[in-house]
Amino acid sequence: MKQLVILSGKGGTGKTSVVAAFAHLASAGPFAGQVILADADVDAANLELVLHPKRLDTEPFRGGEVAVIDEDQCVQCGDCESICRFDAIVETDAGWIVDPVACEGCAACVHQCPTASIAMQEQTVGEYAYSDSLYGPLHHAHLYPGQESSGKLVTEVRQRACRQALDEQRPLVLIDGPPGIGCPVIAAVSGADLALLVTEPTVAGLQDLRRALQTLRHFGVPALVCINKADVYPVGAQGIDAYCRANGIDTVARVPFDPSVPGAMVAGAAVTAYRPDAPASLALSAVWQQVVAVLAKDLPGAAPAATVGDAARNNPD
Amino acid sequence: MRIVVASGKGGTGKTTVATSLAQVAAERDAVRFLDCDVETPNAALFLHPRLDVHRDVGIRVPRVDPQTCNACGTCAEICRFNAIAVVGETTLVFDDLCHGCGSCTWMCPEQAITEHLLVTGSIDSGTTPDGIAFARGMMNVGQAMGMPILRELKKSSPALSPTMTVPPRRTLEIRDAPPGASCPVVETMRGADFVLFVTEPTPFGLHDLKQVAAIARELGLPAGVVINRDGIGDAAVDAYCVESDLPILLRIPMDRRIAEAIAAGSTLVEANLDDRHRFRALLERILAEVTV
Amino acid sequence: MNVAISIAGQTPDAPFDARFGRAESFCVVDTDTGAWTFHANPALSASGGAGVLAAQFIARLGAQAVVSGAYGPKAHRTLSAARIECFLAPGNEARSAAEILDAFNSGRLTPADDATHGGHHGD
Repeated sequence: MKQLVILSGKGGTGKTSVVAAFAHLASAGPFAGQVILADADVDAANLELVLHPKRLDTEPFRGGEVAVIDEDQCVQCGDCESICRFDAIVETDAGWIVDPVACEGCAACVHQCPTASIAMQEQTVGEYAYSDSLYGPLHHAHLYPGQESSGKLVTEVRQRACRQALDEQRPLVLIDGPPGIGCPVIAAVSGADLALLVTEPTVAGLQDLRRALQTLRHFGVPALVCINKADVYPVGAQGIDAYCRANGIDTVARVPFDPSVPGAMVAGAAVTAYRPDAPASLALSAVWQQVVAVLAKDLPGAAPAATVGDAARNNPD
Repeated sequence: MRIVVASGKGGTGKTTVATSLAQVAAERDAVRFLDCDVETPNAALFLHPRLDVHRDVGIRVPRVDPQTCNACGTCAEICRFNAIAVVGETTLVFDDLCHGCGSCTWMCPEQAITEHLLVTGSIDSGTTPDGIAFARGMMNVGQAMGMPILRELKKSSPALSPTMTVPPRRTLEIRDAPPGASCPVVETMRGADFVLFVTEPTPFGLHDLKQVAAIARELGLPAGVVINRDGIGDAAVDAYCVESDLPILLRIPMDRRIAEAIAAGSTLVEANLDDRHRFRALLERILAEVTV
Repeated sequence: MNVAISIAGQTPDAPFDARFGRAESFCVVDTDTGAWTFHANPALSASGGAGVLAAQFIARLGAQAVVSGAYGPKAHRTLSAARIECFLAPGNEARSAAEILDAFNSGRLTPADDATHGGHHGD
């Protein structure tokens, strides 16, 4: 079983449109009936707007615990406020309360409260869903607005998708990753077989691509790069090409700017299904063929670079 | 007066709008700009600050003095993140699990724990050619938690430039938010006076706009919307704004020349002089919305 | 000696669970007396650091060796500090705890001298 994750660093480069196109393309070729889909962008879960999933199962997702002050027992000493390093204890007219969003769940206040008025409470911060979609089984999730620990939810979504792939002996899990380079991204990529980075030829796109590639290298995940809207700023596309070449990364393809892409989004369809002959669709089909070819080879895992994180992991004292 | 520019969906033009707004504001106001997207900060590419102050930031992680420690296990028991393990006579610390809360340090009966800074990112600040006081948080690659950097960034308050020839009318702070709708976005909005949403008129833009709009509503913050790439999609964002009482304060048409200029690192107001008037009007509308 | 095995269930017939930190349960077998005990894994519900928590749990149960399918760097470090020997059993074939024990007793399992993977994040 192989795990392919689509990432971008910078948001809005067309990641989800690429995943939707891949899901559609995979449903027809040699991968027909072989793919499990996972939407790991849990705080902007857009893949379902294209895949039209029929929910088979929904489960609440419990995040970490947060502190809750019992106002009847609280003597308003404010000790909790002074020790909280996350500015989560807030004074109101009714006394001290915990801001559940700012609360880190460390329980420092629980230990410090002289009247034992603070307890930890588990929170439901989102939901995990399993659906049957247009192009195969879809594991997805929604983090409620403003909640924490999407990394944990991403891990859950990915694990469930992989478990199903193993159980049903499906060879490919296709993962729509989150933007950025932090916890949710790490949760989406660590241990994946291949990452396709969708970038755009802008100064911001290149800067974020660099950080995303460094992150992948850190976690030893091989990467391919696809430049979306490549013709909007050819100089920028050349800059990305040059950067990738210098870092030994294959730039698999360029996808042209094409109004069919937002058109497909509005129609709620994968662009390759919406207008199979549109320039973006043809380019994406070519990218998909290249990705399949790379996945088919047994990829040697890139060696993780020795970095601060590793040093911290191996030698904290 | 603190304005947050947020979007939910990434790549809708948040940084484009935030930097342009800062540039027109700097004509008459004292402006602070905070790039709060600590995972992928980009505003400096457009505002070109001279970042001359650098500060390492991170979390305070425990160090156990093996001479004083008697391996009683209290620290391992109270740590909610399993960042400390006590096995036999050994106490192990795992920095990458630590959230820096300080509980183990306070609770150690032998006072065997001290704390030191684990650097997870940095804050760089300086002044832009427009006289904007600029600061940016940047998380180190491989780190998972951006929140400590964001919290430090909000406290950093870069020094306002003394170069203005006329005394500023007002002091404004503009925060460029990270994408998404999880806690870093909430932290960026906390303490702000107004949230400006930048969205695109597509189903993806709308879906994610609803997520961030819910956060602003929860925090009781007034908000308005900029529709970017107007014309590429449908009218559902318009309908949502009407039904949720969100004023649409500016529409930026889909225009290939704009896309090209931004790709090359220009702000909107640099690319198109007419936009300066439109952004001045946007700023005044925001200020009017807040004082209502 | 006492050997701990990660399993999904509470009997000697229970299937082997190849995960360490997130294993459903552990059994501890005293190889001298043949006595079995079964323990739910307290780390199963941990939001982070499951491997560290499970390793401490195994240490408290008095195990001198452990058999699982994979060890992250933090779990491995904790187990090593507790002087617990780590052994690997392949997780892709369905086997019972009793079969794993046989393999252990006959010396057919490979020791894990180092972590088997780079560690998880966000879990």
